[in-house]
Amino acid sequence: MSGDAFKLRSRMRGYTDHAVTALSILATVLVVAPLVAIFAYLVFKGASSLNLAFFTQIPKPVGETGGGMANAILGSALLLGVASAIGIPIGIGGGIFLAEFGRGTRLANAIRFTADVLNGVPSIVMGVAVYALIVQPKISWLPFTGHFSGFSGGVALGIMMIPTVCRTTEEMLLMVPHAVREAALGLGVPNWRSVLSITVKTASPGIITGCMLAFARVAGETAPLIFTALGNQFWSANLNQPIAALPLQIYVYALSPYDDWHRLAWAGSLVLIVLIVLSVSLVRYVTSRGVLKGAS
Amino acid sequence: MGVGIEVLNLNAWYGTNHTLQDINLNIPANHATALIGPSGCGKSTFVRCLNRMHETNPIARVTGVVRIGELDIYDDAKPVEIRRRVGMVFQRPNPFPTMSIYDNVAAGLKLNGYSNKRSLDEIVERSLKNSALWDEVKDDLKKKSGASLSGGQQQRLCIARALAVDPEVLLMDEPASALDPVSTSKIEDLIFQLKSQYTIVIVTHNMQQAARVAEKTGFFLNGRMVEFDSTHKIFTNPTDKRTEDYITGRFG
Repeated sequence: MSGDAFKLRSRMRGYTDHAVTALSILATVLVVAPLVAIFAYLVFKGASSLNLAFFTQIPKPVGETGGGMANAILGSALLLGVASAIGIPIGIGGGIFLAEFGRGTRLANAIRFTADVLNGVPSIVMGVAVYALIVQPKISWLPFTGHFSGFSGGVALGIMMIPTVCRTTEEMLLMVPHAVREAALGLGVPNWRSVLSITVKTASPGIITGCMLAFARVAGETAPLIFTALGNQFWSANLNQPIAALPLQIYVYALSPYDDWHRLAWAGSLVLIVLIVLSVSLVRYVTSRGVLKGAS
Repeated sequence: MGVGIEVLNLNAWYGTNHTLQDINLNIPANHATALIGPSGCGKSTFVRCLNRMHETNPIARVTGVVRIGELDIYDDAKPVEIRRRVGMVFQRPNPFPTMSIYDNVAAGLKLNGYSNKRSLDEIVERSLKNSALWDEVKDDLKKKSGASLSGGQQQRLCIARALAVDPEVLLMDEPASALDPVSTSKIEDLIFQLKSQYTIVIVTHNMQQAARVAEKTGFFLNGRMVEFDSTHKIFTNPTDKRTEDYITGRFG
């Protein structure tokens, strides 16, 4: 090859390299842009209505200005607590079964298929289903049933968390190298112990990410709560009673004909997003420190 | 102290693949025994039958008798108990990635419910000294993760981890094949020191390594053990033509 042809080729390679880099940067911008746009718009619309009262007061009756969504923030926290207490252990347990104990069995395949279907069930259907299962009928051995309640809202959200947690747990466990499992078995560690103390621990950063993903997803759900938690204009931390939730409150306020409520709905949306980001970051921070501690 | 290993009519399968056929041999206590042979000849499967790791693969099957000391491992005992008495070091260093150096060494004891902190400290120190790693890591025992060490250090960490549960036999499946020459020679020195206390079985592709560390050598070919004798005899005056062909580099 002559020197000129070589130079031309290497220049072309340089151009191609730049072009591909530029395309991938563009793609990244396109991915991030909607998120930034939504957040900026929320800040623009909602920030002006944020004040201390928003975080400390309950909604005012129609006609009175002011008031806040403190009860909805508390309600959302309680609902998500119940949801996590149901969804995370069941999801992780199911994921461990799929990846470790049931691998290749017909039962595991059936569970995996069910989880995938459950993941695709529209959230409003989940709300109706939970309504039909525990809100409408009174189940004698199960408290909180037979009427609208915070508990039933938590159940609906918790069930929605299960498939995400379950499948990410499974996938993260399958990514743990076989050599690590063999190392544990080779030390005479029983299989169950090796799974819980070695495999799950090795996969835990990924599993936590899955839990956070599921948490963030249901934190903004409105539809499953309409038939279950119902919403509440007053202070209530009672899981046996209808309870307020940020997404529900936003939904009601945004549909209302009052400008003041519209402004509060914007503020509520902003708070909801910020709270989700904060709680996810907090869990990440605490667990990453915890993992380092465990390693030391 | 190490114990001898007696193998009678051992057969092993992966699915329908008959990977070990009628293996009979006696591995002497407190010596190093090398197993050589071309890839796929069954030598790894063989050592995995000595601590019942072979059967962790669901399609695997074993018949025959293996006695470790007095214990018939396929008859008298549970796999987990045997694996505590028969330690294993794998081809690639496989420290537990989320654990510190200390926890890696203590893992076998801790995960089996042993939690006396004082004696754990002693065992970890002794194991790391026995694996010639102590001086390199003693300052970062709990600070550094096992995965942050170099490949050769990781392999010595894995040896320390295996020694910490105080086994009688140490199986090493090509322990130096993923390491550089310096790390390899450290591992070989280590085998030399350890064989006074443990019975060592080492699988290797490296015939010089077998010659350097082992008193006895077995040659495997196509799932059968062709010849088993003193290392000196195998490398200077083998009985079987196939052994001679292999060690002179005519195949494999």
